[in-house]
Amino acid sequence: MNRLIRDLILVASLPPLLATLPACASTPAQRGLMVFQQVCAACHGMDHVDYGDMAAFGLSPDAIRSWAADQQIPNGTDDNGDPKTRPATPADPILSPYPNEAVGRLANHGLLPPDLSRLAMTLPGGAEQIRRILLSYAPTPAGVKLDDGRYYNTALKWKHIGMPPPLQDGMLTYPDGTKATTQQMATDVSAFLNDVAHPHAAERRRIGLYALAYLALMALLTFVLQRRIWKSRPQ
Amino acid sequence: MPAPEKTPGWLERRLPVMSVLRREYIAFPMPRNLNALWSFGAFLMVTMAIMIASGLFLAINYTPDITQAFASVEAIDRQIPSGWFLRSLHMGGVTMLFACLYIHIARSLWYGSYKAPRELLWLTGLGLMLMVMVTAFAGYVLPWGQMSYWGATVVLNAAHTIPLIGKPVSELLLGGETLGNTALHRLFVLHFTMAFAIVAVIALHVTALHVVKPNNPSGIDPVSPKQTLPFHPYYTSRDGFALCLFLMVYAGLVFFLPDLLTLADNYVQANPLVTPRDIRPEWYFAPFYAILRAVPSRLGGLLLAVGSLAVLFALPSLDRSPTRSATRRPLVRLSLPVAFLSFILLGVAGMHPPTETWLIVSRLAMAWWFIHFLVVMPLVSEREITS
Repeated sequence: MNRLIRDLILVASLPPLLATLPACASTPAQRGLMVFQQVCAACHGMDHVDYGDMAAFGLSPDAIRSWAADQQIPNGTDDNGDPKTRPATPADPILSPYPNEAVGRLANHGLLPPDLSRLAMTLPGGAEQIRRILLSYAPTPAGVKLDDGRYYNTALKWKHIGMPPPLQDGMLTYPDGTKATTQQMATDVSAFLNDVAHPHAAERRRIGLYALAYLALMALLTFVLQRRIWKSRPQ
Repeated sequence: MPAPEKTPGWLERRLPVMSVLRREYIAFPMPRNLNALWSFGAFLMVTMAIMIASGLFLAINYTPDITQAFASVEAIDRQIPSGWFLRSLHMGGVTMLFACLYIHIARSLWYGSYKAPRELLWLTGLGLMLMVMVTAFAGYVLPWGQMSYWGATVVLNAAHTIPLIGKPVSELLLGGETLGNTALHRLFVLHFTMAFAIVAVIALHVTALHVVKPNNPSGIDPVSPKQTLPFHPYYTSRDGFALCLFLMVYAGLVFFLPDLLTLADNYVQANPLVTPRDIRPEWYFAPFYAILRAVPSRLGGLLLAVGSLAVLFALPSLDRSPTRSATRRPLVRLSLPVAFLSFILLGVAGMHPPTETWLIVSRLAMAWWFIHFLVVMPLVSEREITS
């Protein structure tokens, strides 16, 4: 009996122990955030996502503050009518690095890098297609002529894309020791973008389980109640 | 010593709410043989309450302006505490509301609940359905996504085909030829106002129910008190159990299948210059969209789509048979399920691109819908032999 109680206590102490694990070993989405910060953010923004929202990916408040402070965001105009900027705060959106659409197009052969807030949801094929695109760059085959600023990519119907191959093996170092291969980074960043496109998904499922369990219990109780009431009905 | 029960109290003498509640919600005589389909009215009430409650809190955080609407909905989903839950509850609620509405109406069709003396119950119910449709349409425009804009444009274009008045009236109501800021403002106000108008009509609908008493699966009204049971505790307990099951389905949608409730295209901000590849309505409007597309003429499509609902309004005069339940009417028992199937097929067709096959399916299904109500029902009610 004592042994059983001891084992139960041991088992009950496991979940909090497991919960502390992600601090050292990161999830794909957490690594994907790093890829976004160091690679994607050079051209893409997430207009509807705040720096503060990145707390969902285990980024500490200090890390969020210092990341935001490194970014400049528009802040009205000065007395001469010239645009002013200020360092971003955690409550500011993760804007595109380009101050406006025209500059974005100018820098990218006339194409505007799309906003990534909901891309994993709105792109046909979703996050998996993002991963596929990132891994489907290939040398342009002989006989295929592509315009300037176009890159051969087999994941797309027309076999080309305006985004230069963004990932290279070992271009960043993951703090958890995972090797930053192109394959790994593509998987991680598509997991990250999937979570960004489906905000609060983990919380949603967690609360959903409680809600369903509660309703199932209520269903059971009300079922027994109505059975007993109907049994005693006058004939 | 307590006063004898018969002396009415202070409140009772001025406003007899307690005795009315006792009479209508505790002692109210209900048929003994109601089946699970009679719980859908309760589901509708609960869903409506959830819609209004969640809608109020969404409205607090929503900005009805074409430059900010999309971003304000994104903020609800991402930054507002529990905003994602409120919004899912509201979006899931639309699906649950329409599903229950269609089942509730199908039950009335099957058991003949539209017949004397329940014609007004039927008509107020159909009125509610139309009001819910207008509200849902206006609400779907509010997030100002691509489907919001282009779905509404399809409806607007259909309305423009009404000769003479179509265009001027819709321009007057929406403040311009295409959807813009004025239209969004007005649709927001419409959405909000309609919700409360619906509550008022629900009151009428329920009052009518309490006057004529509920129908039942046999279609024969109980004559003696012995054939009835008081509403409480018999049907309160049964509805309570049914509600738990209903809420489990609702919760399943909200918490585990939120992507089922929405089209991904609506997470792209509305752009009047870019038409989406295929404009699809939400499932609950799909049958009517299928009719709109199945007819080569735009005005014809609009007339038939409206007509598909109008036949329901005319049903009490089309079906003159005194026998209520389809289970006692051999021909109706065959024809009505095919009409139900037609409605479902139209819905499926409306959610697919209009290929040759789907157009044929839509046309056949639409034809049966009208044949059932306009030909089968009047003829059968004259010469059928009921069991």
